[in-house]
Amino acid sequence: MPKRILVLVLLSVMAAACHKSVPPVARPTPPAPPPPSSTTRAPEPPAPAREPIPPEPLSGDAVASRSLDDLNRDSPLKPVFFEYDSDELNDDGRAVLQANAAVLKKYPTWTITIEGHCDERGTAEYNLALGERRAVASRTYLVSLGLDPNRLRTVSYGSEFPFDPAHQESAWSRNRRAHFVITAK
Amino acid sequence: MNSARIFIVSAACVAGIGLLAQNPAPQTPPPTPQQLEGPVPQQQNDISLEIKGEIGAPLHYAVPDFRAMTPDPETAAAAKTIAEVLWADLAYEREFDLIPRDTYRTIPQPQSPNDVPFDRWRELGADGVVIGTVQRTGNTFHVEMRLYDVKNRTVALGKAYDNVTLRNPRAGAHAISDDIHESQRQLRGVARTKLTFVSDRQNERLGGTVEKRDSKEVYVTDYDGANQQRVTTNGRLNISPNWSPDGRSIIYSSYMKIVPQILVSNIYQGTMDILSNDKSQGLLPAFSPDGTRVVFMSDRDGQMEIYLMNRDGSGVRRLTNHLADDGSPTWSPTGTQIAFTSNRSGRPQIWVMDTDGLNVRRITFSDSWADRATWSPAPYNEIAYAGQSGPGFDIKIYDVATGQTRVVTDGSGSNESPAFSPNGRHIAFTSTRQGKAQIYTMARDGKQLTRITNSGANTFPNWSR
Repeated sequence: MPKRILVLVLLSVMAAACHKSVPPVARPTPPAPPPPSSTTRAPEPPAPAREPIPPEPLSGDAVASRSLDDLNRDSPLKPVFFEYDSDELNDDGRAVLQANAAVLKKYPTWTITIEGHCDERGTAEYNLALGERRAVASRTYLVSLGLDPNRLRTVSYGSEFPFDPAHQESAWSRNRRAHFVITAK
Repeated sequence: MNSARIFIVSAACVAGIGLLAQNPAPQTPPPTPQQLEGPVPQQQNDISLEIKGEIGAPLHYAVPDFRAMTPDPETAAAAKTIAEVLWADLAYEREFDLIPRDTYRTIPQPQSPNDVPFDRWRELGADGVVIGTVQRTGNTFHVEMRLYDVKNRTVALGKAYDNVTLRNPRAGAHAISDDIHESQRQLRGVARTKLTFVSDRQNERLGGTVEKRDSKEVYVTDYDGANQQRVTTNGRLNISPNWSPDGRSIIYSSYMKIVPQILVSNIYQGTMDILSNDKSQGLLPAFSPDGTRVVFMSDRDGQMEIYLMNRDGSGVRRLTNHLADDGSPTWSPTGTQIAFTSNRSGRPQIWVMDTDGLNVRRITFSDSWADRATWSPAPYNEIAYAGQSGPGFDIKIYDVATGQTRVVTDGSGSNESPAFSPNGRHIAFTSTRQGKAQIYTMARDGKQLTRITNSGANTFPNWSR
């Protein structure tokens, strides 16, 4: 018994020492709260009185309230990547598109531009066509998942705007992509 | 589709200032040649006598400094500049062997047309010598030149030019060079032609995107790289500019409104026409040789195909009908055929069709990848293109008559987007041989490589008529 109390005291001292604003005074730790149940739930502690509490509950959906730029900066729509000189979707690509489709179904007012990009190999002119095929492949798959094609516009950038300008495969693989831009919400 | 006219203020350009914030509008016309008075025999017709040398040997020409007839510093500078530029213009066509200018510093300038020290020029080995004068007349120069046949001590060609501007005396040299080539070789020179291309040298971050992208704008330059000027100012991505046959407009694709549209900048008027809307993509446009039609690539029917439309954007009709990519269209010099790129046989290759879309046939077979054909004007009948060569591309030329193909770049870097000069003797192209993409010109045998751009990355060259 005394040993356990000593351990508890030591723990409380260490805990107190980590909390900088409280002097390291030993004090007994409170008993563990009972497991949560619908009948014996402990009351919530009061919220810190720093922000006014809105009269209605918050919607809890932070995505809907962000600006277009903020949305695109940290986009819920992920890019699809491709092999060299290819517009074929692989399993990863399809998984990304399925996730993107789910997001787009959740926010049915969003309109999207699907940008098709290429790495720097191949001629600039051919890459305009290849970029388009990558965007279209993504769009076709999204439409097959039930999305309205009128929400999805395709634009090819060829190899004009590489995401990573370095001249090796680690950069090239990041540039061969279909990139999703939310243009209206 | 509909064309809309957008008038852009270009007051700064009207004042003739070289720097551009808006579209350029050089207001002074090019120098106009007049018949010369003086020792040239008085005849109604132009005198143009061909200097002849030994059979098989190239003629040797000299171009000493022109004589400044007025004492101001601008005239003195122009007298040197015009001679230097004329020497370079004549050397560029390789019709004449140009004697280095530092070998005739001691030969005196004649004080009159009858005073030419022919013995000194003969000693130097010159067959022809250009003796010229520059005179300030208000805000322009009056330039006179005589091309002398050194052996016979006669004038082979004499011309005078007004309206040579203070700002750009080089244009005087270019006019003289073209006249000499016309007179002595019945050859259309390129000294007064221009290149258009795309550059990111302005280092302007693209708005409307959260990614790090810089704008690419359309520029023009003299064929030798002088007087590089910006044409578009929309701060977006602009690509694939192409000259109208009259050299007064440039057609290109602009991503001004996200979806690439076909625009025409009328660069000496400061106006712009919109030829395609933003409902579908319009890319890689090219004017027909008579300027009445435009061929281009579009996705409006689901995949990239080639279309034709009138100069005002009306009358769009589809030319290709294949699930493969069809693009990079270019006109034959007579405007009766179109060469283009298609990967309908697997990889991209060069194909040719009539302008109604019929009679489609493939012409490249020896490359694993061929793209961006450019069709040489007369007297040659050749199609240059970018052909795969190791990890990059080289410029190759297909002879339409013989079916033979030759390589004209040497595997340095990747060489793409060729464009023939209007006399078919030179090709402008993009090369990464020195790092970033830059514009170069070369003769059609691959020699005479000349670097045109130095600032930023520069692509998509096109050569005016």
